[in-house]
Amino acid sequence: MRNIIAKTLCAVVAGGAAALSAAQDSIFDEYREMMGDDNPAIFVIDEGEEYWYTPAGPKDATLEQCDLGLGPGVVEGAYAQFPRYFEDVDRVMDVEARLEYCMIELQGRTREEIHAKPYSLRGDLGTEFEALGAWLADQSNGVTIAPGQDHPKERDMYALGEQLFFYRAGPHDFSCATCHGQSDKRIRLQALPDLTTHEGAAEGYSSWPAYRISEGVVRTMGWRMRDCFRQQRMPELIMGSEASIALQTYLAVNAAGAEMAAPGLKR
Amino acid sequence: MKFRNAIAAAVVLLAGPVCADEAYEAMKASVVDKNFVTTERIERDDIQTFCSKPRAEAGDMERMQELRAASMAGVEMPADGEFLGSWERGYDIANNGRGLQYSDSPDEPNGGNCYACHQLDPREVAYGTIGPSLTGYGARGQSEVVLQYTWTKLWDTHAYNVCSHMPRFGAQGILTEQQLKDVMAYLLDPASPVNVPLANED
Repeated sequence: MRNIIAKTLCAVVAGGAAALSAAQDSIFDEYREMMGDDNPAIFVIDEGEEYWYTPAGPKDATLEQCDLGLGPGVVEGAYAQFPRYFEDVDRVMDVEARLEYCMIELQGRTREEIHAKPYSLRGDLGTEFEALGAWLADQSNGVTIAPGQDHPKERDMYALGEQLFFYRAGPHDFSCATCHGQSDKRIRLQALPDLTTHEGAAEGYSSWPAYRISEGVVRTMGWRMRDCFRQQRMPELIMGSEASIALQTYLAVNAAGAEMAAPGLKR
Repeated sequence: MKFRNAIAAAVVLLAGPVCADEAYEAMKASVVDKNFVTTERIERDDIQTFCSKPRAEAGDMERMQELRAASMAGVEMPADGEFLGSWERGYDIANNGRGLQYSDSPDEPNGGNCYACHQLDPREVAYGTIGPSLTGYGARGQSEVVLQYTWTKLWDTHAYNVCSHMPRFGAQGILTEQQLKDVMAYLLDPASPVNVPLANED
């Protein structure tokens, strides 16, 4: 990754600029190295585990019986197989939609309460979804990304995701593909993975959820979708909505075969 | 998938163009209003619909020509015939990435965010590469042809390049006429840093 950025920069930027960019890049790499395995997300991972085992909601139940696709309560390796089809609801779900389903079914909570604030604002403390996402991703760290594509609804979801990836709308005519449909491009100095390719999708998908140093919280893949919508000048994307699940399916299937490396550490 | 498309096409032929668009329906069910941004923004005009096809499906040249002509016909030249404003103000617009996101203030002027995608002033290192470098753009001069071409490109890029990634700054009302003039000056004024090579610095 570092090499790709360095190569791109050397190719297109005059000497001084390249040195500056490379310096900024290496400062971040140094920081990452200094942190080693000590991604601040570890505290959030622990918090996520706590949420899983702590009774909540009107039914005062834990999430321990939640079936993430590998059977009730099985969390190891489960994240890497999302999004996937669930027979009990007859539809494809991403991690967040599945967690919401379990919170409603097992804990008796309401959709309104769950959707009130799924993601933290800048500078806030993290949320339950961010913590659970970090913990579940950690339970799949190093596991091969293998979203379901056997069921027809899973394949339909991928096809829909592709359509939505290229959906241009809003005052700026932006789609996901505007920024993430070509290789070796960047916005300002930010390198952009080409999410239509396996390599680019693997780089992007495997590293979320991630601890964002600039925001001091863990951000989930669902949040990443929502925030890209914001930057595209679109209205707010609902957590666990069909479009969010379809786009994540498109990315996960394009990334399939790569290993999960989350929670990641990002600027 | 091909089979399904064939069926969809057949249904359109039989029933007329009233088939529900799956991507649109999914989008509609997945977004909510936020601050001043409403769900109306998922509605697509002709250009957006045509340019939403995954690349493998694109390539209807006839339709492309129609859309290009429509974009060209919609371009509004400056009312007073003056194309060039202030390059200093143009810089602020080129450097400003805010505007029209639900997190932005609708009371502030929108930015053009040119630097997100283009190199302009050769001294600015933080420029994107989605669009071509525009450093030294002013070497094209200020003939009527260059002025009209550049204005048109800013107003509605599809008048020259259908499905270009660039926003339609005039046609979509992102920038005001005065802002467009200022960006024009930033590109074309010989005194603009865009047109002052690194070697010529004091």
